[in-house]
Amino acid sequence: MTTLLQRRLPQPLEAERHVMSDRTTEEDPARARRFREAALPHLDAVYTLARYLLRDPTDAEDAVQECYLRALRHFDTLRGEEVKPWLFAILRNVCRVEYSRRSRVLLYDVNAEPDKSETTLPLWREAQDTPETEMLRKLDSGTIQGLVAALPDVFREVIVLRELEDMSYREIAGIVGAPVGTVMSRLARGRAMLREAWLKADGQKAEQAGKVEEQLK
Amino acid sequence: MTCEETDLLLHALIDGELDAGHAREVEVHSAGCPRCAAQLRDYREMHEAMAAPAVRYQAPASLRARIEDALPTTVVPLRRASAPGRRSLLQGFAMGSMLSTALAACLVLFLLHTEEDQRIVGDVVSAHLRSLQGNHLIDVQSTDQHTVKPWFNGRLDVAPPVIDLTSQGFTLIGGRLDYIDGRPVAAIVYKRRAHVINLFISQSVGSGSSTTMEKLQGFTVWSWAWSDLNFRAVSDINPEELREFGDKLETAVQSGT
Repeated sequence: MTTLLQRRLPQPLEAERHVMSDRTTEEDPARARRFREAALPHLDAVYTLARYLLRDPTDAEDAVQECYLRALRHFDTLRGEEVKPWLFAILRNVCRVEYSRRSRVLLYDVNAEPDKSETTLPLWREAQDTPETEMLRKLDSGTIQGLVAALPDVFREVIVLRELEDMSYREIAGIVGAPVGTVMSRLARGRAMLREAWLKADGQKAEQAGKVEEQLK
Repeated sequence: MTCEETDLLLHALIDGELDAGHAREVEVHSAGCPRCAAQLRDYREMHEAMAAPAVRYQAPASLRARIEDALPTTVVPLRRASAPGRRSLLQGFAMGSMLSTALAACLVLFLLHTEEDQRIVGDVVSAHLRSLQGNHLIDVQSTDQHTVKPWFNGRLDVAPPVIDLTSQGFTLIGGRLDYIDGRPVAAIVYKRRAHVINLFISQSVGSGSSTTMEKLQGFTVWSWAWSDLNFRAVSDINPEELREFGDKLETAVQSGT
């Protein structure tokens, strides 16, 4: 499998190239130490986001490494902001490069599912179809991971940022580059989809359990 | 308030982003609407289920190492095109020395395993748990060793060495006075990712240098006697990482930095 780093990354921006050439800044130990203290504690959180965005452990590792390299280069541009959302925004940009590569590959994939864009889906309909008497049951973490991973990109990222990374609406808006209102509607839609899948996952489990019981009789 | 408005605002309610006035309106509407009440209940349950740590991922140690290597101040700045041969050779050496250290540690452990040691290890784990439960992890909060060290002056009969290992991946976050085996000890607090490491330093009766590692209740306790001091580090990080912490600490203390 080719990894992110082996593939040709897009040309860095003009500003980026300038900083990259400035080796003295980049290799200043005190600066590196500040960076380490600020950025490394968030490694698990950044890796979690990468795993959900890319749905592949190897690609996620490469994306996180690239994210940290970029973050180090741009560390001086961080002024009094929270480090975590800043890292998430960088990671998301790295992942978008990966997305676009994948979508190019998918053009030739006859089995690819038709693109479900946000606009073609009705916003509030499905929630009304869910019976209110049906209760959500507890799912194991692996199943929950699978359900979240199965959400379409735009909904998955806001769900992960909100539920797993505990970002505020304003922070999510900053990371995904969308207005707070859009973040709210994506979150609502994402949760509705997740709830539907959650109820179904329950059903399958109950069905399997039923079959086992029948066999035992 | 209509169902459509509630559909959107109940999320803001769950996420703590709604002002009190609207929050009340959502709750009043949901109380009289089974459909919206069911949604609110389910979304809350999902929210809680997804708070479980197991839904998150932990970055592999190899990834952390790759990133650390790419940062400056490492002796050999490993960039993408570094020679893999030398690297794997070094890893081979590291593995060998790790194995022999582990063997030595087992041997020492076997020889020194007494009831008294066991009781103290239990005490160390209890003190660690205590520090995490209450709001009493730190008395003096500072990442500066020159602030933490003087704080202990007059509080203890020893001057504990306070070593800053931040640049080596273990962030110094402060110090505290604690009690082990009924005696006051210095507790130096470090962080590795989200994990806390408590390092207890006390005066020892004997002298000489020895290192042991033990597991108790899911925690690892690393103990080291050096000169007239006892060092005991306890944490829930994996034993390899705690050993790494111990090794770095030993080196730093012995070199007097």
